[in-house]
Parts: sequence; structure tokens; C-alpha cells
Amino acid sequence: MVQMGMPPRPAPGQEPTRDENGYEPIGWIPRPAISCANTVAENMGIRTSGELVEKCREGVMEFLLINHPLDCPICDQAGECRLQEQSVGFGRGVSRFIDMKVKKPKNVDIGPRIRLDDERCIMCSRCIRFMDEVAGDAVLGFTQRGTHTTLTVHPGRLLDSNYSLNTADICPVGALTSNDFRFQMRVWFLKETPSIDVNCGTGTNIVIHTRGNTIHRITPRQNDAVNSNWMPDSHRLNFHYIDSEARLTEPLARDNTQHVGTTWTKALETFATKIKNFAADEIAIIGSARMTNEELFLLEELRNTLGVKNFSLVARNGDADALLIAADRNPNTTGAKLVLKQDDPYQSLAAIRSGVQSRKIKALLSFSEDLITDAGFSAEDLSKLDFFIQSSLLANPSAAYADLVLPGAAFAEKRGSMVNLSGRLQRLNRAIEPPTKARDDWEMLRDLISAVTGEKSALHSIEDVFKKITSTISVFDGLTLSKIGAQGIAIQETGYKIALLENERARKAAGIING
Amino acid sequence: MPTIKLTRPKLDAGEKIYLGAIFKGFFLTLSHAIKSLRGKSAGAEGLASSGLGITMQFPEQRWDDHMPEYYRGAPTLVTDEQGRERCVSCQLCEFICPPKAIKITPSEIPSNDPWAKVEKRPLEFDIDMIRCIYCGMCEEVCPEQAIYLRKDYLITGTSRDQMVHNKEKLYEIGGVRVGLVNKWNELK
Amino acid sequence: MPEILITLAIIVIKVVTFTFLVVLPLVPLSVYFERRFSAIIQDRVGPNRVGIPLTLLGMKKDFHFFGLIQPIADGLKLFLKEDFTPNHVRKAFYWLAPALTVVPALITVCVVPFGPDVTLFGHTEKLVIADIDVGPLFIFAISSLTVYGITLAGWASNSKFPFIGGVRSTAQMISYEICLGLSIIPVLLYFGELNLSNIVEEQAKNGWLLLPLWGDSAPWNNGGNYSAWLFLIPAFIAFLIFTISIFAETNRMPFDLPECETELVGGYHTEYSSMKFAMFFMGEYAAMVIGSALIITLFLGGWSFGFGFDDAIANFAIGDFKIGGLLHVGIFLGKLLAFILFFILVRWTVPRFRYDQLMKLGWVIFFEAALINVFLAALIIAAPQFTSAIIASGSVLLVVVTAAVIWVAKVSEPPAKILRA
Repeated sequence: MVQMGMPPRPAPGQEPTRDENGYEPIGWIPRPAISCANTVAENMGIRTSGELVEKCREGVMEFLLINHPLDCPICDQAGECRLQEQSVGFGRGVSRFIDMKVKKPKNVDIGPRIRLDDERCIMCSRCIRFMDEVAGDAVLGFTQRGTHTTLTVHPGRLLDSNYSLNTADICPVGALTSNDFRFQMRVWFLKETPSIDVNCGTGTNIVIHTRGNTIHRITPRQNDAVNSNWMPDSHRLNFHYIDSEARLTEPLARDNTQHVGTTWTKALETFATKIKNFAADEIAIIGSARMTNEELFLLEELRNTLGVKNFSLVARNGDADALLIAADRNPNTTGAKLVLKQDDPYQSLAAIRSGVQSRKIKALLSFSEDLITDAGFSAEDLSKLDFFIQSSLLANPSAAYADLVLPGAAFAEKRGSMVNLSGRLQRLNRAIEPPTKARDDWEMLRDLISAVTGEKSALHSIEDVFKKITSTISVFDGLTLSKIGAQGIAIQETGYKIALLENERARKAAGIING
Repeated sequence: MPTIKLTRPKLDAGEKIYLGAIFKGFFLTLSHAIKSLRGKSAGAEGLASSGLGITMQFPEQRWDDHMPEYYRGAPTLVTDEQGRERCVSCQLCEFICPPKAIKITPSEIPSNDPWAKVEKRPLEFDIDMIRCIYCGMCEEVCPEQAIYLRKDYLITGTSRDQMVHNKEKLYEIGGVRVGLVNKWNELK
Repeated sequence: MPEILITLAIIVIKVVTFTFLVVLPLVPLSVYFERRFSAIIQDRVGPNRVGIPLTLLGMKKDFHFFGLIQPIADGLKLFLKEDFTPNHVRKAFYWLAPALTVVPALITVCVVPFGPDVTLFGHTEKLVIADIDVGPLFIFAISSLTVYGITLAGWASNSKFPFIGGVRSTAQMISYEICLGLSIIPVLLYFGELNLSNIVEEQAKNGWLLLPLWGDSAPWNNGGNYSAWLFLIPAFIAFLIFTISIFAETNRMPFDLPECETELVGGYHTEYSSMKFAMFFMGEYAAMVIGSALIITLFLGGWSFGFGFDDAIANFAIGDFKIGGLLHVGIFLGKLLAFILFFILVRWTVPRFRYDQLMKLGWVIFFEAALINVFLAALIIAAPQFTSAIIASGSVLLVVVTAAVIWVAKVSEPPAKILRA
């Protein structure tokens, strides 16, 4: 809220008067104006302070807070609450209101992932507009009038859209809060790490909120070339597996039927001695398009070192929605194509499967994939193998058949780059440390390579790997990991269109929104 | 800023030998020793001295009766006259605590609880008394009048685990405190 | 043959008694006094708890005895502590250093006369381990070896604070060694003797050096000869310089710069723990005991009670056993304790010197003062043989030299800096 004024309009033929600094005298409007609803004009005078402005701001704050409950100690929004910030900046600190506050429904269950507290609502209607215009599922609206205006869901409906959690992000107060994050941690303890989502090919930009070595929540990060400001709930909530019970924390070697913990040195030694017993065409490598460019590059190097021809990644498909979720659920398919220099890195999976079944392939190295659940292998196939080594995050069905299980790092635990479906190179950042003995995957691959060659690797950091990529693959030319930046760099034109951005463009073209 | 020239005081020949000053010092320390032996040290009475110097002989003589009003002992959690635990686990004390002695795990109050409208309470509330420096910042910052420094000063234990006060222990020491602001009691 | 055996046995008994039953117990005792006395000075109580917990045995009160058992508890603690040797030290020297500080201090015990003769079974024996004729020289020779222990400790610890401590200590000890030696030359001139037993006996007979009130030194006994009284002037100067230098030599406050906590954590013994640390501690206190003993022996009559009572005490006998010497040992220990208390009083009164002040005191003031004192003493001793003209010219010469030395000291001082606020 500011005070505005314009210089008096001169009569025809009259020159405007100016003071010694060349400014025209301002005729101030005696009432304050809402600054966000006005556009700046030439010669306009604006007062952002002064008795009138400050008194008015204080008055507005007092009205906003009249019915607002004193919930800050229990409110999840405290610390990132716009109203709290405004109150600290412009409010009076003490309430003069002595009457009963208006009571409204609290702790309302309006959807599977969202909790509503109507007393905290300041009726900005951002959530209503988001559900209507962006998510395309208009289920929110106001009932009643005046002080009793209440946000609610349409009768018989629930706020169950896959984009519902975005309403909690845009809610300036704590009226809409996430069930998943509810009462988990106060936001001022959280460390924010910018990264990207790995649940589908879109590569939504995210912020990982951590405290200590625990992820508490994930929120979308603005990137107008990828995800605008939004992200789907299903992707946002898919991080709890990182510190689940099934997480592997040390290398495991099979001792007859049982898996026992071992050290990295011993595991690598076992790998080096065992793999030498097989001819190159008896070995197959299955990688994953969920690996970063750096990991894929080292995987390719491992393949070349062993001279293996049987090599494939695992395709992973689902339904695309009309907004952000892509049909390709692998986050780095484009990157895999670039790094492996193949048009279809998924093609030879079936051949490997039949090779294993016919016992032509006797040793299988699988990285970051659960072969039974995702790649169509059966338990019987895997038990036919003479030597089966697998890297994974979690204890899964196929890991049970592995001779050697190597624990890797989750997406929030590593640094690296990926290329999304529209050809944008983006960077993952490390928000937390891998648990106990689990290792960053690129280090694991590097050590596997030097275990085979018997030479010490010259790669000491992820930057070294990326430097090697830039020197061999032309599209990465002249880049470094830090040059990628927070917003990513478009390195290839794939022609893939992200539906949500197309919607936005259409609405902009139709004049519905500015921006 | 004015410049002040400081000069060392001029010493005469006698002072320059220093022996006089040293003997004066001997006299001072000795007179202190004698006073101390006679139980006449300055401040001995106020500190309930045991008779030698100003020191109290601890296990036999206790400080309890001489504790000043403003004494800051162990931080504790309190309940109010309705038996409600006042802490809503806002974690401000955890944030402000200079030595990071406080650790809180928040939780939601189940809907069948009479105080379900408060919504939030601590599941675990640990104060590591080895870390605590008795600064009272937690009491100062608490928006719910839930944490108070009581006069307990004998915090001992034989292991590190024993020195961590958990929620039960904190409520046990804290007890009930009446006359606090009851903002959650309003019609709701 | 048996003659030699008996002599050997007597030597062994003397060594064991004086080092292990007299001087070593004095170490924990002085630690106890240090703690108790400093507590009293500072309005505290000090260690008064350790005792025998009789209440555990069903009695009404514990036996505390003023906490006198505290030193035993301290020793026990130091014995049972983990003897930790850091990885970064030079092991051989690191282990050698503590021994090098304790051993010299204990070796010097052998020339200190604890009392006059005793006669047991018709056999007369002196109460001193080695009655050699170069007593003070021996003490200086051996006690200055202590500096090797400290320097080695500082260097072998391979860590910065001990190193600084070691370097400081070396410089300090070497500086004060000179003052120490020069300051007692007047005393040795006066007695014409380097045998400590004889020096003490002389003092017992003819008045202490600082208390010439009986025997030959008193003017009413020697026919109006005031030279002993006149000699009080150089004797007192010597006493002052010697005492203060002993403080520096034993690293006691106000000269404890090699181990000052505020600057160097623990000084040269920062990296030491358990018994190795205890040995430094013991060495320091043993040096303090020996230093006190030396001061008492040279200036304050050693074991003598004074005022002409010494013969009576020395002749005290039970049957054939003339054990008056043992009483004298008691007197000697009493004086020793008093002097240790004085050491403690100084520690809690005088603040620590700055290192440059310490060096200036040693080299610019004490060295010159001791030197001039030697000539002054010589003049006084020689006066009776010379004519008054020679004495007068000697005095004038001395005054001129003194003035010249003071002038040189003044000129060589850097100009005082102007301090600004």
C-alpha cells in the first residue's frame, strides 16, 4: 500500500513548473492506493513510507488478523507464512480486538493429501483459481459471506487431484497444509537443496528440504521451460523409500543361501576374480535410464573394458496425464541416447532375457534395476545364472538371487546430470549423505572398472567424469556441471512438448493470464 | 575523537625497587588468610559459609534455603491446572537453544483426546543436561508458557543416557503451574 | 671387610632415609600445603575431604584429618590414569624427559646437611649423605641438568606450546644460573669454605649469616669487631638475589613462564599425562624443597637452632646414643616447611612477570648487582688488614664502578614508547 500522486496537468501552451532538481511538483492523492493494482506512469510520485501509508498498512493488518487464530506455534506454515511476515513488518504486535473471534471449521479433511483449517484462511482464493485453471479440476469454492466466508470443497467432491498439494504451496497462510508434512518439522530447520525430480521424463525442478540426514519434504521449483511452478503429488511424495527399512547400507555377498555383509574391498575383489572366469559373450550388462549421464558414461566404459556386447537399459512406461507426467517414466532416456550413442538403448533387453534362459549368458551385471519387477525376468531365470551382481537402493526380489549386492545412492544423495525428454540438461544436487557404507553409484562403477583393469582410476570427483564426457560427446562440448546452473541448459531439440506449458501458452495467447 | 596521552606514573627510587610493594602484597594475602581462618571473610555470612573462607560444605550443608529468587536450575516442562501438557512442540526452544541440547519429535493429538483441538504435542522431548547451559533462552522464547527453569540444581547421573531428561522426567520435575494464560480454553 | 660392609650399609640407610623418607614425602606434603594455604588465602576451604570412610564401617564420623590423605589419593589417581603417549612425539626423548627432571633434583639431596653428628653404638656419623668439600658447586652442577629434561620434553612433544615452553625454560634457567652462582660468592668468601656441613656448623657456633647475634660475630663477644654486622649488607643483597633466582630456577610463580597456563596451556608438559606428568610435578616440587634447603643452609643457619643452644641440643643423649642430631633434623625440617610456605605466599601474591621483564631482571639487574656485591663483600672482609686510605680508595672505586654500571644499564634501555588511547 503506497501513497500516489501526479503532477498537475498544464493548461494548453503552459510549461510545467519544475524545481531545482528538474522534478515537477506532485499533487498527492489524499487516500492510499494498492500498489499491485496500479501501473507506474511517467512523472508519478510514490510514497512507500510516511504516516498515512504506515497507519493504513497497520489498519489493514489489524483487519486481516482480527479473526485469525493464534495458531502460529502449531501451524506448519509458520516460518514461511506471508501473513506472519507482513504482520512482523507492518503490524502493531498487540491486538485491540476484545470480542469473540469468528469460529470456523478447523482440521477439515477435504482430500487424501490435504488438510484444511478455515480459521487461518484469508480468502485470497489462490487455491480455487489453481484448481480451476491449472489442475483443471474445480472442486474448491467459497460459501457464506463477509466475516463468515468459508473455503470448502464442492458437495460430494474431494480435493483428490494429483496436483492437490500445489494448493498447499501457494496458500500464503496455513489454511491448506500437506498431510504428509503435517507436524513433521518446522520449516526454519530445513535446508533447501535445488535438484530435479526423477520419477518421469519431464524432469520437474524441485527443492529438497532436509534436516540432518532426513528428507522432510519436496516442493516444486520454478522453471518456466520445464514445470512452471507445479509438480504432481505422486512424484512429490515418492521419497520415503530413501530412509525405509529395506534400504541397503553395506555390500552383501551370498554365502551359500544367506546374504552376509562384507566390505567394499572384498566385494570388488570377488567381482574381479569371478568375472575373469567368463568369456565376453557370456556376460550381459543391464543398466538403467534412471542413472545420471556420468554413471551411464562409466557403465559404457565398464562395458568396453569387459568387451561385452549384450547391453541394454530397462524401459519403463506409464500413462501420461495432460499436464506434467510423461509416458516415459525414466528420467534420463534422452541422456542415455546421447551418452551411449544409441537410438534405442532398450532394444536388446529381450535378447538378453532369452540368452539367460538358454544359459548362453552366464554372468549378469545389473545396475539400479529390479529385474524381476521391472524387466520381465523370472526368479527361475535369475537362479540359472552362474554369477549375478546387482546394485540397488533397496532389498528387492531380484537382489535375493544376486551373488553380490552393492548398495547405491538415491537421487537426493548424489550429484550428476540428466537430460529430460525435451532435451534440457539439468543437474541433481546432493541434499543428504548416503547411509553408512552405501556409495555414490559413479564411484562404485569407477571402482568396478579399476578392479577389472587393475589400474588406479584418474577420476577423483564427479566433475572429472563430466569433463571426460564433454571431451568425447560433442553435444556436451564446453559445459561443466556448475555451468548447468539451477535452470538447466537446452542442449538438444527433441520436439517433445510438455502439456502443462502448452496449456499455459494457450491461455496467455488467449489473454486469460498475464506474464 | 580526542587523543588522550597516557603516561606511565613516575616512580621514585623506593618504588622502583618494588620490594615495598611486594611486602605490602604479602601483608594483604596473609591478612586474607587470617580472616579466612577466623571465619570472617567478606560475604561469608550471606553465602552461609561453613566457617573457613566463604565456601559451603556441600553434601552436609545445602544451598536450598539460600537460593535467590532468580535462580536458573534445570529446564522443565509444566502442565496447567486442567492437567493439559502446555507444550505444543513448536520447536522454538530447539531452535534458540545455544548448545543444541533440546530435541523434539512432534506428533498430532488423536481426535479422541479431550484436547484434540490443540492438534499438536510433543511425542518425544529430550533435553540433554550434559549440553544444557542453563541460559533460560528456552523459557524466554516459549510462546505457550510450557518450559520453565526450576530450582533443581543437583542434576547427576552415572551415564550419558541418564543425563538426558525425557518427556516423563521433564514433566515430573516441572509439575503443575497455575495462573498461566489459557488461550486454548476459549470456545472452540 | 666388615668395616666396609658397615660403611656401605650406613650409606644405603642414609640415602634411603634422606631421599625417600625425608625429601620425597615433602613433595606431596608441599603440594598439600600449596593447595590448602592458597585456598585459605582465597577464602576457600581446599582439600579437606579425603580420609578413611569410617561411616562405611558403621562408625559415626568419617576420619578426615584435615584432608592430609589427599596427596596419597592424588598419587593414586596419577598412577592409575591412562599413560597416553601421543602419536606425534619423539618417543625415546619423550620418555627420557620426565626422568631427567626428577633425578637431578633428588641427586642434589646428597650434599645437604640435615643435622650435625649422631653417635649410635659408639659410631659417630654425619647426617649428610656425601660430606664433600664442593657442596654448592655440586648442587649447581647437578641441578642445572634439569633444564635438559624440560627442553627435551618441549622438543620431543613435537607440538607448539610445549616447544615454546621448553625454549623459554632454557633461556630462563641459563640466565639465572649465573646470578645464582655469583650471588653466593660473598657467602663463600665469608666462610672461606665450600663444605656445607662446616658452613652450618660455623653458623651454629658464631651466629647465622643473617642473624649474627651470638658467638664470635656478636661485637660484645669479639671485642667490638663490627665486621660481621657490616657484612650483613652484602649478605642481605646476596640472600635477596639468591632467593629470587631460586624462584626462577624452580619455575615457580612469579617466574613460571615455561608452563604458564594462560599463554601456553601447560607449557612443556602439555602432552604428558599420568605418572610422566607426575614426575615433572615431583621434579618441580623437589627442586623447590632443595632450593629452600640450600637457602636455609647458606643464610639461615641450616639445622642450627641458634642463640647458643645448639651444643646443648647436640649433646642430648639417651644412654650411649647421642641423638641430639635428630632433634636438629627436626629443626631443619621446621625451617624448611616455613620456607615452603613462604614460596606459596609469594606465588599467591606476586603476579607473573612478562618474559622481557624476566630477562631484564636476570641480566641487567641481578647480574650486575651480584657482581658489585662480590667486590663489596671482598672489601668488607679484607678491611681489617688494610689501612684506611686503601679502604677509602677502594670504596670510591666501588662507588664509581657501581655508578658506571647503573649508567650503562640506563643508557642501554630502549626509550619508553608513548602510549596512546
